[in-house]
Amino acid sequence: MTNTKSIGQLLSRGILSENPIFKLALSMCPAVGISTTVMNGVMLGVAVFFVQVFSSVTISLFKDQIHPRIRIPSYTLTIATWVTVIDLVLAAYMPGAYAKMGIFVKLIVAFAIITMRLEMFACKEKVKDSFWDGVGMGLGFLVGMVVIGFVRELLGSGTVLGYDVLGFKPLLFFILPCAGFFVVGLMMAFFNWIEVFYKQKRGVRS
Amino acid sequence: MRMKLRQLILLAFVLLLPGVLQAADLIKKTSFSGTNEMKVLFTGKVNAAIAGDASRYTVYEENDPDIKLALAAATITDEGRGVTLKFAEPLNSANTHVVSIRNLNGEGAVDFKVSKSYLGYLLSILISAMLINNFVFTKYLGLCVFFGTSKRKSTAKGMGVVFTIVMLVSASMSWFFYQYILIPFNLNFLQIVVFIGLVSLTVQAVDTILRKVNPVLFNSFGVFLVLVIANCIIIAVPLILANNNYNYLETFMLALGAGGGFLLALYLMSSVRERLEIAMIPASFKGLPIAFIVAGQFAMAFLGFSGLKLF
Repeated sequence: MTNTKSIGQLLSRGILSENPIFKLALSMCPAVGISTTVMNGVMLGVAVFFVQVFSSVTISLFKDQIHPRIRIPSYTLTIATWVTVIDLVLAAYMPGAYAKMGIFVKLIVAFAIITMRLEMFACKEKVKDSFWDGVGMGLGFLVGMVVIGFVRELLGSGTVLGYDVLGFKPLLFFILPCAGFFVVGLMMAFFNWIEVFYKQKRGVRS
Repeated sequence: MRMKLRQLILLAFVLLLPGVLQAADLIKKTSFSGTNEMKVLFTGKVNAAIAGDASRYTVYEENDPDIKLALAAATITDEGRGVTLKFAEPLNSANTHVVSIRNLNGEGAVDFKVSKSYLGYLLSILISAMLINNFVFTKYLGLCVFFGTSKRKSTAKGMGVVFTIVMLVSASMSWFFYQYILIPFNLNFLQIVVFIGLVSLTVQAVDTILRKVNPVLFNSFGVFLVLVIANCIIIAVPLILANNNYNYLETFMLALGAGGGFLLALYLMSSVRERLEIAMIPASFKGLPIAFIVAGQFAMAFLGFSGLKLF
C-alpha cells in the first residue's frame, strides 16, 4: 500500500474496480431504501461524497496523533462530526430534499464504506492521496446511486429527473421499496456477467 | 410450572385491567373495533335519541385537540346500553382519543377517554418493530451486516443475539442521555455524535467484560461485536426514540423489537442461503446477487404483515 498511486488510478478504483455498491457491497441500505428517483440518489450521493472526503482528509491529517487502540472510536466520532455538519447544512438550505431523505442522512454515520476507507487507506497514506481516494469512493457511491435511481425511476414511473420520458408507467412495482432488492441484485448479476464474459473472451484469445 | 403459568396469566390480567376500568362512572367500557369504529358501553340505559345523535359527539386525539375527527354515524347497541361510533376516516388506535357527548343526561358534556391498554400498546410497539416495520425487510436498514453474516445459521444466531444485547444496552443509555442531558441543555444538534459515541462505548464495554467474564462465549461471539457499530439499525433506534419522544418502557420495547426483528431476519435468510449453496444457480448470480433477490422476496412477504393488529 506504500507505493504511490496516480490520481487517475485512485479515482478509477473507487468508481469501477472497487465500486462501493456493486463490487464491495457496502452501504447498501440507501441503495435499496431511497433510490426510487435519480434526484434522491444524487442528493444522498453528494452528502456521502462530502462526508467521505472530509473524514478521509481529517483522519489523514491526524493519523500520527491517533493511538492505534482507540482508532475505531476516533474514526466514528470524526464521521459523526462531519455528518452533523452535512445534516444541519442540508436541513437549512434544502429542507424539501432533506425531508424526502428522512433518517438516511443521519445514518451516513454508520455506513461501513466510510469507516472502511479510513481504516484501509486514510490512516496510512498522505493527505493528498487520501483526498483523492475519498473523492473516488464518494464518486463511486454517487454513480451507483444514480444508476439504480435511473433504472427504478424509468421503469417505475416512466420519468428521468422528474421529466416524462416514456409517457407511460411500465412497471409500478419498481417504485415499491422492496423492488430495490431486486434491482440491486439483478444489476450485480449483470456486472458479474459482463466480467465473466470478458474473461472468457480473453481466455479464448490467449 | 403450571402454577407459574397461571400466575403469569393472572398478572397479565391485572395489568390489563386499568384499560378496562379507566372510564368515568357513567361509562362501563370503551374499546376500538375494526379500523374506524369505537365501542362505548354505558353503565345503564341511556336516552336513545340523544346517544344515537352523531352531531352531539366531539372526538379528537389527545395530543391533537384542534383536529376534530369526523363522525359518520352513532348506532345504539345492547338494548340502549351501548353505542357504536363509526368514523369517516380510519382511526389511529395507538393514540388516546377523547370523546365528549353534549347533554347526555341533561347537564353539560360528558367527557371520557378511549385508549388501548398500556400493556397492549407496549406489545404493539414490539410487534410493529419486529414484524410490521421489520428494520431489515421494510425499512431497509442494517443491510451490510445482514448480507455479511447470514451465510451460516450459527453465525446468524450469534450475530443476532449479540446485536440484541448491545441494542438494548445502548438504546437505554441513549434514552437516558437524551432525556436528562440533551433536552435540558438544548443540545439536540449533538444527537448523532452522542448516540454513536454511546454505541461505541457499549460495544467496547461488552467486549472488555465478555473477554474477562466468559472467554468461551467471547471466542464465539467476539468477532460480531465490531460489526455491530457498522449496523445502521443501532443508530436508527436512538434517532427514532428521540423523534417520537418515547418513555423508557417504549424505548425498551422498540429496542427489543429491533433486535428480535434483526435476529429473525438473519435466521430466515441464513436458512435459505445454506440451501442456496447446493442449488444450481447461474454463475453470474452466485453469492450476493441471488441473496439480494431472495431478500426482495422476503421483503414482499413481510409486506403482508402491514395492517396486522393484535391488540
